[in-house]
Amino acid sequence: MAILEVNNLTKNFGSTKVLKGISFSLEEGKVLSIIGSSGSGKTTLLRCINGLETATTGKIAVNDKVVFDSNITDKNELKELKKNQQNIGLVFQQFNLFPQYTALGNVTLAMKLAAKKRPDYKHNKKAILEEIDATAKKFLDKVGLSDKLNNYPCELSGGQQQRVSIARALAMNPQILFFDEPTSALDPELTGEILKTIRQLAEDNMTMVIVTHEMNFAKDVSDEVIFMDDGVIAEHGSPEDVLVNPKNPRTQAFLNTYEK
Amino acid sequence: MFWTVTESLLKGFGSTLELFALTLIFALPLGLIISFGSMSKIKPINWFVRTFVWIIRGTPLMLQLIIIFYVPGFVGMWAREQQTSNFIIEWLATWKVIDRFAAALISFVINYACYFSEIYRGGIESISKGQYEACHVLGMSKSQAFFHVVLLQVVKRIIPPMSNEIITLVKDTSLARIISVYEIIWSGESFIKSDGLLWPLFYTGVFFLIACGLLTIIFNRIEKKLSYFSV
Ligand SMILES: Nc1ncnc2c1ncn2[C@@H]1O[C@H](COP(=O)(O)OP(=O)(O)OP(=O)(O)O)[C@@H](O)[C@H]1O
Ligand SMILES: [Mg+2]
Repeated sequence: MAILEVNNLTKNFGSTKVLKGISFSLEEGKVLSIIGSSGSGKTTLLRCINGLETATTGKIAVNDKVVFDSNITDKNELKELKKNQQNIGLVFQQFNLFPQYTALGNVTLAMKLAAKKRPDYKHNKKAILEEIDATAKKFLDKVGLSDKLNNYPCELSGGQQQRVSIARALAMNPQILFFDEPTSALDPELTGEILKTIRQLAEDNMTMVIVTHEMNFAKDVSDEVIFMDDGVIAEHGSPEDVLVNPKNPRTQAFLNTYEK
Repeated sequence: MFWTVTESLLKGFGSTLELFALTLIFALPLGLIISFGSMSKIKPINWFVRTFVWIIRGTPLMLQLIIIFYVPGFVGMWAREQQTSNFIIEWLATWKVIDRFAAALISFVINYACYFSEIYRGGIESISKGQYEACHVLGMSKSQAFFHVVLLQVVKRIIPPMSNEIITLVKDTSLARIISVYEIIWSGESFIKSDGLLWPLFYTGVFFLIACGLLTIIFNRIEKKLSYFSV
């Protein structure tokens, strides 16, 4: 069963067409890498699926639930649909950690705010908050940061910050986790720890969509690869097909720039 | 003599402090409202508020003091002289010369609210979009994002310019004497006329130095309190 279905998605910024009809689907537990040159629309695609940007036309479904459909114009209905977008996590290129919270605080904040709406919050406050802390610690442990729980972002290396942001996204229990160039803001020697973390998640069968410029990583972590070019999917297939034996000359040209 | 002077200056300084404190109490929140107006996506509101702020910041506070003190009295007098009458004129006819202290307070509040609003706006706009987006993908509402994530970062950013502005306010209060509000410099100066004493004037400076010094200490404390994170 497809956990993510994107159907004929387009996005215009004013008169510039950035996405020109994107369709693909992704099975549960699979890892999809999206590659493509700068400006081809990778980030825009991610943002549209996440609801940070509203697509111009098309349809998106997560876990068989529609989260966006340009045929629906009723505002309230659209709002309802957006709730299903909660199932998508996003890891940003620039981490976007909250500077005034510790690593632990970053992971727990959204959960603690959400917990306030629980009917039993007043009675069980202490137990609920402890449970949230325990959950957060579990995820920070998973990304190898159990010794940095009480450090503020400014006290962490770039790689550690990015791992906190991965833990923060995981703690929301997303059905799909998106990464937008998670290593691009890092010094080269720090990319390894992030890639290792993502590999572990892949082993745990986390469904992931990763925009990346790390071709070797894409090759061995992904089940599928999409090459985007100027707002369209120019090639879509297994890592072998797209990265080793590309058929589209544009893909070949793009990969050649990485050979050197 | 020293005690007489001190007592008199303290009285004047009381009036200074009252003006200072009341201005802060009203101008701090009003400035926030004005900053929201100047960031509003509704064009007419945005335009109106920015123009208003531009006028207030572009004209001397002393001029604003004089205008606010004199205009209501003149408007009322003018309205009472009119032959024709409608409800607007009737309402204007009720305008009277306002209390000096109230006029000073109103001028200071409007003037400082506009300055504060620009500081707030700068602080709010300096927070990266990524912070709001991170909140959004974590399922927080816009108000949760503002109060739990953005606000403290804004506070940290605006403390230095705010402390400058507030310290300036302490000294600006002395402008109120232009519309004859009794304050500390006035009381210091009165000793020149009555007793031929110059030193009370220098003594008034000590009061300002102490007030500004205390404020500097307070703001340094706050800055230190917020130094555990960097924005
Ligand atoms: N908010 C926006 N307003 C106008 N144009 C935009 C906006 N966001 C993106 N674009 C344009 O859309 C195009 C695609 O941008 P996008 O960020 O999706 O590319 P990308 O594939 O992620 O590139 P990169 O590899 O550099 O991150 C670019 O030409 C960009 O200028
Ligand atoms: Mg991008």
